[in-house]
Order: sequence, then C-alpha cells, then structure tokens
Amino acid sequence: MWHELNMRKDALTVKLFIYTFLIAGAVTMVLPYLWMFITSIKPLEEIQSYPPSFLVKNPTFEPYEDLFRLVPMIRYIFNSLFVAGAITLFNVFAASLAGYAFAKHKFWGRDKLFFILLGSLMIPWQVNIIPGFIIVKTLGWLNTYRGLIIPSMACCAFGIFLNRQYISSIPDDLIDTAKIDGCSEFMIYRHVILPLIKPVVATLAIFTFIQQWNNFVWPLVIIHTSDMRTVPLALTVLTGQFGANFAMVMAGAVVATLPMLVVYLVFQKYIIKGIAMTGLKG
Amino acid sequence: MDKKEFFAQLRRQKWSYIFISVPFLLFFIFQLAPVFISFLWSFTEYDVVHPPKFIGLDNYINIFTNDPLFRKSVINTIIYVVGVVPLGVCLSLVLAVAIDQKIKFKNFFKSIFFLPTVTAIVAVSVIWKWLYAGEKYGLFNYLIMKLGFQPVDWLASPIWTLPSIMIMSIWAGLGYSMILFLAGLQTIPQVMYEMAEIDGAGFWCKLFHVTLPLLKPTIVFVSMMSFIFSFQVFEQVYVMTGGDGAIGGVLNSALTMVAYLYDKGFTKFQMGYASALAYIIFFCVFIFTMLNKRLIKSRVEY
Repeated sequence: MWHELNMRKDALTVKLFIYTFLIAGAVTMVLPYLWMFITSIKPLEEIQSYPPSFLVKNPTFEPYEDLFRLVPMIRYIFNSLFVAGAITLFNVFAASLAGYAFAKHKFWGRDKLFFILLGSLMIPWQVNIIPGFIIVKTLGWLNTYRGLIIPSMACCAFGIFLNRQYISSIPDDLIDTAKIDGCSEFMIYRHVILPLIKPVVATLAIFTFIQQWNNFVWPLVIIHTSDMRTVPLALTVLTGQFGANFAMVMAGAVVATLPMLVVYLVFQKYIIKGIAMTGLKG
Repeated sequence: MDKKEFFAQLRRQKWSYIFISVPFLLFFIFQLAPVFISFLWSFTEYDVVHPPKFIGLDNYINIFTNDPLFRKSVINTIIYVVGVVPLGVCLSLVLAVAIDQKIKFKNFFKSIFFLPTVTAIVAVSVIWKWLYAGEKYGLFNYLIMKLGFQPVDWLASPIWTLPSIMIMSIWAGLGYSMILFLAGLQTIPQVMYEMAEIDGAGFWCKLFHVTLPLLKPTIVFVSMMSFIFSFQVFEQVYVMTGGDGAIGGVLNSALTMVAYLYDKGFTKFQMGYASALAYIIFFCVFIFTMLNKRLIKSRVEY
C-alpha cells in the first residue's frame, strides 16, 4: 500500500518535471520566431522605444512594402523557387532511375560505381567548392541559373542510395512479368517501379526542396550580381545594406522562413519519418 | 573475355548505363573530379588569374608552422565542437525521453522543437543577430537586465561572440537530434520496461538501467552526426560576424576553420592555400568518422 502510494507520488513529480521542462523548452523555441514576426510589423518608433514590447500598438505592413520596393524581392523568391524546383525535379527523377538500375540490373562495374558513390557521401563540401567554383567560372556559368542548378544536380548520391535500398525490396517477379508482357526497361520503371516507390520519391522531393531553398554557400560563392540572388543570399545582403532597418530585415527573414514552415506543417509526417529512417538533414 | 563478347554484353546492359549516365556524368564532373583537383591544387600557389604554380608542401608547412590565424581557427573550432556537441546531444536526449513518455500534446511539442530544422540557418542567424542586438534594442539584454544581471555585449565582444553562436547552434540543432533519439527509443522493446516494472523499478531506475544502455548505438550515431556538422560550422559565423568582407568577429574571436578557408579562398583568392586547408578539414572529419564506425560496431547486446 505504502509502496504503491510512493510510486504514484514518484510518477506525479516526474510528470510535473516533464511538463515544466517541455513548456519552458517550447517557449524558448517559439520566442525567436515570435520576435521576428512582431518586429516585422512594428513601426520604427516602436522598435526604438524602450523597453522592447511584445505588444504592437500600431501594426503596419510598411516593412514588407519597403522590402518589396527597395529590393527585387519577387525576383529573389522566383530565383529560389525556380532553382530549388529544377534541382528537386531532376534529382528525384534521376535518383530513382539510377537507383532502379543499381537495385535490379546486373552490369559491368555496378558494385564499384556504387561504392564510389557511397564513399562520396563522406566528402565535405569544403573539398569540392574551390574546384567547383573554378569549373563553373571556366564554363562561364557564374551568375547564371545554369551555375546555380547543374552542379547541385550532381549531389544525388544519397537519393540513389535510398532508392536502391527501397527498390531492392520489390520482388523480381513483378519485373519479370512485365518483361514477358513486352515492357521496355523504361516502361518497367515508369509503370512498375515508380508507382511502388512513391513514399521514397515524396520524402526525397520534400527534403531536396527544403535543402535547396535553404542552400546558402553555393549561391554565395558563384552569384555576384544583384538580380541572380536567392532568398537566403538576399537576406544576408539585406542585413548588410539595411542593417539599421530592423523591421525590414525581419520581414525578409519572415519571407525566407515562412514557406518552409508551411511545407513542414503540410508534410510533417514524411519529414519526421524521413529523418528517423535515414538521418537526412533538412 | 574476348572483344565480341564484351560488346555483346555492353549492348545487353545498354539500359542500365543509360539510366545511370546523366547523374554519374554530373557526379564525376562536379563531385569526384574536384576532390582530386583540390588535392593537386593544395600543392600549388593559385590566385585564379595566373595558372597554378607548384610549390610542393609549402602550403601545409606554412599552415602548421607559420599561421597564427589557422591556430586561432583550430582552437575556436575545438571550443565550438566541445561546447555544442555534448550539450546539444544531452539536451536533445532529455527532450526525446520527455516526449516519449505518456504525455499530452506529444505531436505539438515535437513540431515546435523541430521548427529550426526546416528554417534556413541563414535566417536563424539573422533573427538571432537581432535578438543579440546591443543594450537598447536587444531582447536578450532586456530580459537579462530584467532578471537583474549586467547586459552582455554578445556579438561585439571577443569573449562572447563564439559562445553566442554556440548557444544559437544548440538551439537550432535540438530538433534534428531529438527526432533521431525518438526513432532510437522506438526500437527498445516494450517487454524490457515491463520486466523492469515487475522488479519494482520506478521512472529513474528504468531510465538509467533500461533506456540509456539500450540507446547507446543511437547516442553514438547522433554524437557523430553532431560532430561532423559542428566541425564544419560556417553559415552562422558568416552571417553573425561577417559582412563588409571581414569574417570571424572582433579579433577573430569566432573564426572557425571553414570560415578561415572561405576567407582565404573567396575573399583573398589564395586557392592553393585554401585547398590545403580543405584537405586538413577533410582529414579530420575522415579520421573521426572512422573511429566512430568502430564504436558503432561494438553494439550493446541484449
């Protein structure tokens, strides 16, 4: 009896401890986002007034108007969408096609090529970026969409690996039956494999898109003209140029952050599962 | 195998090669070739304008014997890693265990902690730069003063710049590690807990004698990922200390190895020197990954 009572008391303190910890943590997590949003709708006088307040007396959209008027923000958003979209489309398609070949075909050099591909995952970007820059410069691709898109298409090693794992588990009989029915290799991919690997394709597409939208180092290195900037790059330039206009910089941060938060909220299930399964990073 | 047979085989395998051709072509040009090119360039002096000039091991010798900034960047990187990895791993482990209990709003908490993972680190840095802002506007200093402490110079002081970036990075990395830990926690069989309960184990006893020992492989894996990401820290340093060509903060107090590489390569255009730095970083990451592979192989048995 005493023992049970003790256990229950124990469990209660633990629960209390857990909730306190989680709520304190959640507040810490949300605070920077909240402050970003609040700052982005504050008029200048309120930003400069002391003490800083979480309440906005006269909310205004002026910082956003400034943002879209003083810099070509629409263009930057288009750049980011276009570049991230193109890379995602290509990587998802190419990775599943190559993954299928590696999983179900026997060809000369297959295992060696796959080994090289896997090994390349260990190479940090610092090693590639200098020759990458020179190659792109030599090709005359600095400050172009080609320069932003094509080299990033080369990073599909992980996607190929993931697709291969998944496609390996598809029974060979399905493929053999399709072959007997006279399907070409591409038709097998299109009508047998692709419908079965939808979850992987979706996960990979979401991750690639988020990664590319947030990508910073590569655009930083190869983009030197204003009109070709992507959103993260524009954001850092904004901080330098209009650093004093905090509201406008925070409006820029909202524009950079919000689309991915929406993507996350919509595709939460895929993202959490994707990380848990593979260790992918968004 | 004679020639005819070889070509016949190739023809049969035509589709396989077509399927992998485009990604592999790109992979060789933009991923694999650069690895070798930068290795060669690390033995040269190369300023982009003139062709690379072979100088043997001079870059490496200079880096290790005659470069105070490199030494500074190594020390900063070590401080950063030693600060961020253990704290981040411990906090996210506690978080994961807390969320894994029978609590309400489980998914809500999960989502909240995960938010920074889908936010560009550049945006996170810009937001935090604003939070760290000087005495008058900065939210953090206001809160600190409210609690009765002296305001801190955060990004303007050589002592606080690196810790400021470290705090932010821990905040930003929590959710990712938490998800990995939560996945690890799902692999622990429920029977183990039930057995412990029959033996009269309470919450803490179960935590220390069942959960943690069985979670060891995940802890090793998360620590390794965290180390690799932390060792290569760059964007945060660039945004929070950079601008106007300078990078690394007051007195280079937050100059990390990758930030130094970027500075050498893309502001000073010493591509040979920067390539040597890249290879040193690569080597460190490689050695560490190999050591950890060993650790992961020695899984606990149950």
